[in-house]
Amino acid sequence: MAARLEVLALQAEVAQREEELSSLKQRLATALLREQEPEPERMVSVSPLPPKAALSRDEILRYSRQLVLPELGVHGQLRLATASVLVVGCGGLGCPLAQYLAAAGVGRLGLVDYDVVEMSNLARQVLHGEALAGQAKAFSAAASLRRLNSAVECVPYAQALTPDTALDLVRRYDVVADCSDNVPTRYLVNDACVLAGRPLVSASALRFEGQLTVYHYDGGPCYRCVFPQPPPAETVTNCADGGVLGVVTGVLGCLQALEVLKIAAGLGPSYSGSLLLFDALKGHFRCIQLRSRRSDCAACGERPTVTDMQDYEAFCGSSATDKCRSLQLLSPEERISVTDYKRLLDSRAPHLLLDVRPQVEVDICRLPHSLHIPLKHLEQRDEESLKLLGDAIQEEKQDTQEGAAFSIYVICKLGNDSQKAVKILQSLTAAQVLDSFTVRDVVGGLMAWAAKIDETFPQY
Amino acid sequence: MAAPLSVEVEFGGGAELLFDGVKKHQVTLPGQEEPWDIRNLLVWIKKNLLKERPELFIQGDSVRPGILVLINDADWELLGELDYQLQDQDNVLFISTLHGG
Repeated sequence: MAARLEVLALQAEVAQREEELSSLKQRLATALLREQEPEPERMVSVSPLPPKAALSRDEILRYSRQLVLPELGVHGQLRLATASVLVVGCGGLGCPLAQYLAAAGVGRLGLVDYDVVEMSNLARQVLHGEALAGQAKAFSAAASLRRLNSAVECVPYAQALTPDTALDLVRRYDVVADCSDNVPTRYLVNDACVLAGRPLVSASALRFEGQLTVYHYDGGPCYRCVFPQPPPAETVTNCADGGVLGVVTGVLGCLQALEVLKIAAGLGPSYSGSLLLFDALKGHFRCIQLRSRRSDCAACGERPTVTDMQDYEAFCGSSATDKCRSLQLLSPEERISVTDYKRLLDSRAPHLLLDVRPQVEVDICRLPHSLHIPLKHLEQRDEESLKLLGDAIQEEKQDTQEGAAFSIYVICKLGNDSQKAVKILQSLTAAQVLDSFTVRDVVGGLMAWAAKIDETFPQY
Repeated sequence: MAAPLSVEVEFGGGAELLFDGVKKHQVTLPGQEEPWDIRNLLVWIKKNLLKERPELFIQGDSVRPGILVLINDADWELLGELDYQLQDQDNVLFISTLHGG
């Protein structure tokens, strides 16, 4: 009995100490951030790194495994120590890239990111931890890198790279790594690198695939040589919509770090003028030969028209973030808020809730009373799905009073696909494929439901 | 009269999603009067392989901006773009560029 009591007492004490420890960690994280916070809204000014004549005893020990590589050697390590690299984006690519550059002893890392750490970042953005959720990624990455290698100077820029700041910033660094996640920023970084004469190591990843190349190096093509025109905004998929496996961004970020290191150490890159394609599902690496520099390129051609920074969001027709866009396809009368839908649900008004997300997302979470038909099936006017819908309508209608209007509410993750589905359903009733009914979509979708109505509902 | 051609057509970077998710297609292009070039191939692909939303793949008589065309692993711009005349056993890869990170 006494032994049992002691166990309980000790358990209670351990729990209390753990709570104290967790609170201490939180305070430490906040303090670390405060310590690093520069003057707001001003780019930190950095002076050029001085040349370095020799490695210290500590440096020799620390970098010994790479120092004995004849291709690198002391000479290469000294070059790394005086090199500066601008990392644009501290996400899935930027984290592993910056981690390996810091570990290898690059002299200075500029870390650009306007965004804050979210829980959904942690599966791939490996420099950020739970304790710093909600804090700026640039500071979180800098804090993490400082723990790894205190000799590396990390300069966090917790703001977006803009046409006003990009050129000035790029000029202060020797090599630029584009680890961004959107099209306008890719053009912005390219133009700044061309104007400042800096090599650009660029990588991207989505789903199970990644792409890597080096632009504007030693007469090679720039991003605009290969992509003179931006893709239509509706063809661009972000990681939130398309999904991405963390290790895929990890592989690409590491390959990108390798190219940066080779340039910084004077070994020269492998992927100037060629593009590496990585297919993680098949396990294939494939290298393709890109075109050479375009003599009529708007940025790096013989008579460039891009002689200063432009309006990249206007050029690309999309914003310089990877946040999901909000479509406005329907009028306010054709939409319902989650609050009003909840009221309607509580009043037991007969209706049909149609969930149009893909199956993979329905597997994650769903409202139990919803009928699931993916948008794609509606777009294809899939016969089986239309029959399923027709039957469900008939069944619900039996509870509706004679002559009363019957309503369908369409829901998806964020309220974009649901609007498209409403348009399709409207055309189906107009064509008398389905009985007449009023159809509206739920603004903000299931994520609004999770945020405003049911906090136990998963967010993804 | 050009003889039928056997070519491998591949899609990647998400472009395969317009083709039922199938990345690799072994296709036989029928014999025809004109030699097969990429311009004809795009028309053939639109008619025979493309499953949905052609505007996400084709724009005018070419591919939309943001899709790279590689012929035997080389940028088509090195080989005459739409006018490149296909050879038997050629590999043509359409890669949608990724922007995520």
